Amino acid sequence: MGAAPVADALAERAYEPVIGLEIHVQLSTRTKMFCGCELSFGEQPNTRTCPVCLGLPGTLPVTNAEAVHFGLMIGMALGCEPAPRSIFHRKNYFYPDLPKGYQISQYDIPLARDGRLGDIRIHRVHLEEDAAKLVHAGASGRIHGAEASAVDFNRGGTPLVEIVTEPDVRSAAQAAEWLRLLRVTLRQLGVSDVNMEEGSLRCDANVSIRPAGEATLGTKTELKNMNSFRFLERGVNAEVARQEELLREGGAVTQETLHFDPRTGALSPLRSKEEAHDYRYFPEPDLVPIAPTEEMLERARSALPELPAQRAERLESDMGLVPDTARLLAFRSDLGDFFERAAAARVGDDSKAIANWIVGELVANIGDADPADTKLEPESLAALVGMVREGTVAGSAAKDVLTTLVAEGGDPAEIVEAENLGAAGGDELARVVDQAMADQADAVEKIRAGNDKATGAVMGAVMRATEGRADGAEVQRLIRERL
Amino acid sequence: MTGDLLDLTAAQAGQRVRAGELSASDLFEAWRERAATDSLNAYRWVADAPPPEIAAGAPLGGVPVAIKDLFCTEGVPSAAGSRILEGYLPPYTATAVEQLAQAGAPMLGKTNMDEFAMGSSNENSGFGPVMNPWDESRVPGGSSGGSAAAVAAGLAPWAIGTDTGGSIRQPAALCGIVGLKPTYGSISRYGMIAFASSLDQAGPLTRDVTDCALLFRHMVGRDPLDSTSTGLPEEVRLPDQERLDGLRFGVPPELTRGGVDPGVAAVFEQSLRHIEELGGTLEEVSLPHSDQGISAYYVIAPAEASANLARFDGVRYGLRAEAGDLASMYEDTREHGFGDEVKRRIMLGTYALSSGYYDAYYGRAQRVRTKIAEDFRSAFERVDLIVTPTSPTVAFGLGERTDDPLAMYLSDFCTVPMPLAGIPAISIPGGLSDELPVGIQLAGPAFSENRILEAAYALEQAIGFDGSGARG
Amino acid sequence: MIDRDQVLHVARLARLRLTDEEVERMTGELSTILDHIEKISELDLDDVAPTSHVVAMENVLRPDEPRPSLPREGALGQAPDTDGVGFRVPSPGA
Ligand SMILES: [Zn+2]
Repeated sequence: MGAAPVADALAERAYEPVIGLEIHVQLSTRTKMFCGCELSFGEQPNTRTCPVCLGLPGTLPVTNAEAVHFGLMIGMALGCEPAPRSIFHRKNYFYPDLPKGYQISQYDIPLARDGRLGDIRIHRVHLEEDAAKLVHAGASGRIHGAEASAVDFNRGGTPLVEIVTEPDVRSAAQAAEWLRLLRVTLRQLGVSDVNMEEGSLRCDANVSIRPAGEATLGTKTELKNMNSFRFLERGVNAEVARQEELLREGGAVTQETLHFDPRTGALSPLRSKEEAHDYRYFPEPDLVPIAPTEEMLERARSALPELPAQRAERLESDMGLVPDTARLLAFRSDLGDFFERAAAARVGDDSKAIANWIVGELVANIGDADPADTKLEPESLAALVGMVREGTVAGSAAKDVLTTLVAEGGDPAEIVEAENLGAAGGDELARVVDQAMADQADAVEKIRAGNDKATGAVMGAVMRATEGRADGAEVQRLIRERL
Repeated sequence: MTGDLLDLTAAQAGQRVRAGELSASDLFEAWRERAATDSLNAYRWVADAPPPEIAAGAPLGGVPVAIKDLFCTEGVPSAAGSRILEGYLPPYTATAVEQLAQAGAPMLGKTNMDEFAMGSSNENSGFGPVMNPWDESRVPGGSSGGSAAAVAAGLAPWAIGTDTGGSIRQPAALCGIVGLKPTYGSISRYGMIAFASSLDQAGPLTRDVTDCALLFRHMVGRDPLDSTSTGLPEEVRLPDQERLDGLRFGVPPELTRGGVDPGVAAVFEQSLRHIEELGGTLEEVSLPHSDQGISAYYVIAPAEASANLARFDGVRYGLRAEAGDLASMYEDTREHGFGDEVKRRIMLGTYALSSGYYDAYYGRAQRVRTKIAEDFRSAFERVDLIVTPTSPTVAFGLGERTDDPLAMYLSDFCTVPMPLAGIPAISIPGGLSDELPVGIQLAGPAFSENRILEAAYALEQAIGFDGSGARG
Repeated sequence: MIDRDQVLHVARLARLRLTDEEVERMTGELSTILDHIEKISELDLDDVAPTSHVVAMENVLRPDEPRPSLPREGALGQAPDTDGVGFRVPSPGA
């Protein structure tokens, strides 16, 4: 206990992370943002280029209407107000993957602003073009003794929507959770492949910390390249910890851009440029403003499907599902769709049971696959769940039936019949119980003496005899009856 | 035949072809031979093969056209007067050039110019200056100096150029020919190597107003490849009016008094008399912000240029200086590839956009631009056209002004306000001063090209300028 | 007015390597030009909207329909240095 009291106080002081996210979404239009080249999906390098996206002298950009449409859809889905008139700017900097020496992007007047998704406010949504890809050629590709790289312009000019949140996120886990919500929302909109590994969804985080309860913002750092939910969580946690340690040691956070290395989990500052960034934004004179007409807005509005957050709410309130199950079904729209078809196939109130079967047994069975791609029909699942409720098939046997349905399809009742999986009952079961109690006389004595655990031995014998087709509760009842 | 041809305007030659009196290929061949005799450094490249078959009845009759080197032409050198693009062969052709070829005006050659269209004398070409055919010790003006000199010297029947702050009108004036800067947007910019995107506009340089209207008619059009192109709302008419009755001409003191040489002023006064004789009326109109026009122009144009020229980085085309690392590759390439004037403007534009200076320079210049457009709007409530000298001086001596960039910039004051407002203006020869041509400029509201061409035609008939002196 | 350091800073932003002689000359020339340009600061422009465009058009959009891309030889055809597949440049980090 030799430490100075001040240091103690600092060490004990609780910090609160303040996190804002910047997400880049590659839009799944057919063609690029400003030219007619088709988007590239792993084609040979430099086979999806034209004079415009190579930045050849004299060429001019022309905005892709579908990209604007997708941008408006995203803006609306995130509860933003579309700008009555937005413009493009040029963001000037030199880099080999930037053919014109500037990126066409929206700046002070974005396509849409001021929205909300879940508990996080959206600052802005804007359109821009993606950079090309710089491939490091390695030791063999040297130019004049220095390392060489090669530029592939296939990706250059792919339409991007950038979504910037307000700094409302308070933990790494919340960041990852929210990003999942965003991803499933975008997937539901059908505007992007939203694949983080392939880079169609990219997330940067602005991270600062401040003493808990204070309103001021600390100095923030920008974390780049966290191309999975896990990396995002690890990266932000690492940065929060680094900043806390810095402050606790009496240091200060400096504003910088950090690169997250997923292999080591380390954060390293990006090579600082010779001079501070000065992007010299100015209005792009080659393009005219976007002023969405009522027709454009209506088209975007009517293209909006029910969004996952809304669906989860509806599944909870209308179908009585518990929140976790509702979210799971809503966030995996394939499961949600399958659920709603199965639930509709049933007159009785099996919705909750069907939901539980889907998020439990079915997901255990098929993993990430779309249930609609299996042989299982929603009506069959509903029928099977009904049979379990009615006691005509035991739960454990029903799992085997589900496995058969997934692999081969068919009618659950016929499978139960054919495989003799029907619940043992009536005289058959009574006879089996009688026999088991006769065989397990010792156990029966113990039960009579008040040792309930001894029921297990009788139960085991019954199950062995019926090959698991007996309903446990029914067997219990029959045993009690015979005591 | 060459001698004959020289006396024909392009429209007349085209008519003869369509009438079957002349074959398009003979015509092309004759002009090709003529162009090959260029001793003014007006051409950078001359066609070395006959053009593809001209469709019978093509409206331009196969009369070949000289193309400013700023236009990209597929497989043909297109260097924009810059060493950084020396040897560059574009994989596509500019829309305007393509349209002219379709209409029956095949490309005769590519003409020399100030590097990236930055200059008023053609001395900024990376490939040596062009000489003025009226006096080879003098400049032809710029930046479309090669096109202007070629037409004036009879090395081309007609030509196209581009105008950002006067680059068609001023060389037309200094070479004694007609040059039209159309309304911004009327001709596609696709394939025109960009200098200042919000100002650049292509246009014709021709021997007379009729040729100008004819060539212009086939350059206009809305182009899906240029978001800012509008085309013209009405077809371009070939002018035939010989009177100016009822037309009101505004004379702005700001563009006609201070700084205009007495010889130029005298020719200008004479033109005003012609206007009155033809039934037009004259009225003083004020363009109070044109003083600031030069300042706004020399912020906006370099700012846009600084971004437009960023693509010349040695990666995908053009010159590359071999250097060890990426930063040196960029800097050495651009240091070696760009000439002094281009560097000066890139510096000026980069500075005007840089953090802390944007509002003071670029932001204010854009507001001045608004004021200049308002000046014109209120002037055109009172008059139909504005008339000024095109250039305050006649052609000056080669090397005379190269040491004083500001003086060179200031000499653009008559031509700079119109592109800032996006409005059309034509320069026609008004007469000679000291044996050198003087240009008269007529400007009108946006899309008033037909009115401008009619008035220019009537005035041209009255002036009766004889340009044969330059055609040797 | 612009000083030598500003000239060097701007040259770096614009990726121009100016010789010492050019820096000297540029500092003088740009200062003269900027002094003249500063005339525009004399105007009262507070209530004036900026004009970045003279065309009054909006929503000039292109249908999302593919146009043919260049063959790779065409794309690389004018490049100073390629490996036959991509455009070769010195590595940014090198
Ligand atoms: Zn393309």
